Amino acid sequence: MRERRTVQEARRAREFEAFLAGAGGRLLGTATLLTAETAEDNPRARRLLTHALAHTYACWDRLRGEDPYNHARECLAVRFARGTWHRYGVLPFGRARARPAGPLAVLSAQHRLVVVLRLHEGVAEEQVAALLGLPADRIHLIVDRATTVLLHPPRGPAPARVSAKAATS
Amino acid sequence: MNRPEREAAVRQMMERTAPRVPAGLHADVLRLGGRMLRRRTIALRLLWLLLFAATVAFVVWAATARPWVEPPSQTTPPVTDW
Repeated sequence: MRERRTVQEARRAREFEAFLAGAGGRLLGTATLLTAETAEDNPRARRLLTHALAHTYACWDRLRGEDPYNHARECLAVRFARGTWHRYGVLPFGRARARPAGPLAVLSAQHRLVVVLRLHEGVAEEQVAALLGLPADRIHLIVDRATTVLLHPPRGPAPARVSAKAATS
Repeated sequence: MNRPEREAAVRQMMERTAPRVPAGLHADVLRLGGRMLRRRTIALRLLWLLLFAATVAFVVWAATARPWVEPPSQTTPPVTDW
């Protein structure tokens, strides 16, 4: 019994390591886009990814043919969606955290999540809708709006960021 | 600019960032994931133990209280000398 368990653990560790070596970089890229951090400085993305991957590792033996990448991505998305309101700079009372500087920083957390899942990961609209509990039309609309905002960014927040940096230095 | 063009542009914008995977990630994930697994195993065992204890308690109670036996009548005393 004990021997069988150690064999199973070794197999799980081996398979998981292979999976992580293959998919870790891409998943970290996705997490970094979600938290809107830069590629060099992404502590939140790392934490998010570590927890999502730990969950995938814990569920490894029960995946049974399901794609582990898919599982990890879903964990990542759900974890991000649940944690956004108090972690990723969308605090109430205008008490925003230090502004992130990734390419999607102009978007709100929900729009970022939808854009990353839909365009970066290529998940179908219906699946994104099911994952986030939104109607598919709304996903379509969010992608539409977010792409417009990204390609023609509003002028508003940019001077504020510069002045904040000038004030701290 | 139509929708496919915009989507392609945004996709390109997102592909530009490619962070390097930190060295300690694998160890951290294994530590966290292993802890989750251990906790899950312990919780499962505790639940089984609870179920077992509840079953034993019920059997003991049923064997001593015998709730299926009709209680002796309290209203009419048994007729003896008639």
